[in-house]
Amino acid sequence: MTQTMPAVTTFDDAKLARIAADFPILGRPTSRGKRLVYLDSAATSQKPRAVIQALVDYYEQYNANIHRGVYEIAERATAEFEAARVKLAHFINADVREIVWVRNATEAINLVAYSWGSTNIKAGDAILLTELEHHSDLIPWQLLAQRTGAELRFIPVDARGLLVLDDLDELLDGCKLVAIGHVSNTIGTIAPLDVVIPRAHAAGAVVLVDGAQGAPHLRVDVAALDADFYAFSGHKMLGPTGIGVLYGKRALLDSMPPFGSGGDMIHNVEYERATFAEPPWRFEAGTSNIADAIAFGVAVEYLEAVGMDWVREHERELTAYALERLGEFERRGMAIYGPRDPALISGVISFNFADIHAHDLASILDTEGVCIRAGHHCTMPLMEKMGWSSTARASFYLYNSHADIDALAAALTKAAQVFKV
Amino acid sequence: MDDFYRDYVLDHYRNPRNFGHLDRPDVQADDLNPLCGDTIHMELNVDGGGVVRDVRFSGKGCAISQASASMLTESIKGMTLEDVAKLSKDVVLENVGIGISPTRMKCAMLGLRVLKSAAIGELAGWPDEES
Repeated sequence: MTQTMPAVTTFDDAKLARIAADFPILGRPTSRGKRLVYLDSAATSQKPRAVIQALVDYYEQYNANIHRGVYEIAERATAEFEAARVKLAHFINADVREIVWVRNATEAINLVAYSWGSTNIKAGDAILLTELEHHSDLIPWQLLAQRTGAELRFIPVDARGLLVLDDLDELLDGCKLVAIGHVSNTIGTIAPLDVVIPRAHAAGAVVLVDGAQGAPHLRVDVAALDADFYAFSGHKMLGPTGIGVLYGKRALLDSMPPFGSGGDMIHNVEYERATFAEPPWRFEAGTSNIADAIAFGVAVEYLEAVGMDWVREHERELTAYALERLGEFERRGMAIYGPRDPALISGVISFNFADIHAHDLASILDTEGVCIRAGHHCTMPLMEKMGWSSTARASFYLYNSHADIDALAAALTKAAQVFKV
Repeated sequence: MDDFYRDYVLDHYRNPRNFGHLDRPDVQADDLNPLCGDTIHMELNVDGGGVVRDVRFSGKGCAISQASASMLTESIKGMTLEDVAKLSKDVVLENVGIGISPTRMKCAMLGLRVLKSAAIGELAGWPDEES
C-alpha cells in the first residue's frame, strides 16, 4: 500500500452496505438457507427498490398509453416516458433526440444493421468487428454481409485476451463500418475505443459500439468517445428487462429509414403511402415498454447518485481481490483467462477449475448460494479460438463485496472436495 | 444437486465406459446442447436380428452429460433397436438418481436423445448422416 493512493480507492464499507440494502433480492436467502451471492451481473443485474417501485407506481397510479391521450394520467405517462429519455441522454452525454428506445442492445444493433446497413453497405464493402464480440454484435453483421455481399473482418485478440491493433489501418482500408464491444462479456477486456474510433473515422468508417457491458460499469460520454452509435440494455444496469437504448448521432438517425413500422412512428398516413416521424420516434413503432423506460430512467439516476467513477473503482478493487483469491487455486488446477490486470478489465473473470466442467462447477457453487455463469457466454468463435470448450464466469457490480469473493472461494473449496481435485 | 456427484458418477466422468469409436459402425448419431455446447456422438453395431452388439460414444461436456452417456452404453448392449427407440427417461434417472434441476436435466438426457435418434433413424430406414 503506497502513501500516495488517492482516497477514492479506499474501500467504502458503509457506502457499500447502504447500496446492498437497496436491493431486496440480496436480503433473501436461497432455498437451502444460504446468503445469495450474486456474481452474474454480466448476464443481468439485480434491481434496487427504487426501480421496482417505479414499475409499480406506473401500473398503480398512471397506467395509460403515451403520445395520444389528453387526459391526466396519459399526460403524466407521456411526460414520465419522455423525462426518462432525457435522463438517459444526460447519462451518456447525448442530445435527447439521439436516444431511441429499443428492447435491448441486441435490438439496437439489429436496427442499425437493417436501417443504416441496408442503405449504406453494398457488395465489396468491409465491416470490421473484433474477435471478442458477443453473438449479438456478430450475427446481425453476418446476416447483413450475406444480404449485401459485404466482407467481414476481425480485429484479432491475443493469447492474453487483448485486442491487437498492429494491422488496424490495413483492416480499415475499404471499411464502411466498425462494430466493437466496449467491454468483453466473456473476459472483461476493455476495448481501446480512444484509439479505434479516431482511426476508423479517419478511414471514413462509421463506428457502432456495443455498450451492453460498457454502460453499466464505465462512465460513458458518447460525445467525447465520438461514437456514431452506442447500444446498451437496461437490465444489465439496474433497469428492467425489455428496455434498451440506441444512441445515434442526429445526422445519422435523420438519414435512416424506419426499422419497424406501424403506429406511433408516422407523420401522416394515407391508404397508399405514409411519411414518418422525426427520430427518435421514427424508430419506435408500436406502444413502447413505457413502464420499463420510466424505470430505466430511475436506474440511471441511481447509478449517477452512487457515481459511475465509484462504480468503476469499486469493481476494479473487487476484481483485483478476486484475481488474488482465485490465484490461490492455481496450484490445484485453476486456469484464469483473460488479462490479469484489473486496469484492463471490467468486473468479469472467466476461469476453469481442474477437470471440473464449468456447468458442474456452477451447479456445486449454486448449492452454496453462489450464482455464476457457465458455458460459452454467447461468444462461441472466441471460445473456439482460445481453445476453451466452456468457462465459468464470475462478474461483479456495485453491490458486490469482498465477502462475496470470499464466498466464491469457499464454494470453490467445496467443489474441489466434491470432485476430489 | 451436490448429492448427484457421487463417486460412481465421477468415475464414469473420468473413466467413461465404451468411449471411442467402432471400426465399422452400423448406426450412428450425434447431437449437442446448444445452451452449453455439450456434445455426444454414439456409434452402434447391430446384428441381423436388430440387436445391439457393441456401442461406443464420444463427446465432451459436463460430468452429468458424459457420465449419463457412459452409463447408458452399459445398459443397451443386447437390447433390440426397437427397445432402444422406446427407452424412457427413467433409465437415465435410475442411473444418475434424482434431484437434477430442469436445466441440468437437458445435460443428463443428451446421451439418451442421441441414442434414441440413432435407433429411430435406423428403424425408419433413414440414410446414415455421416456415410
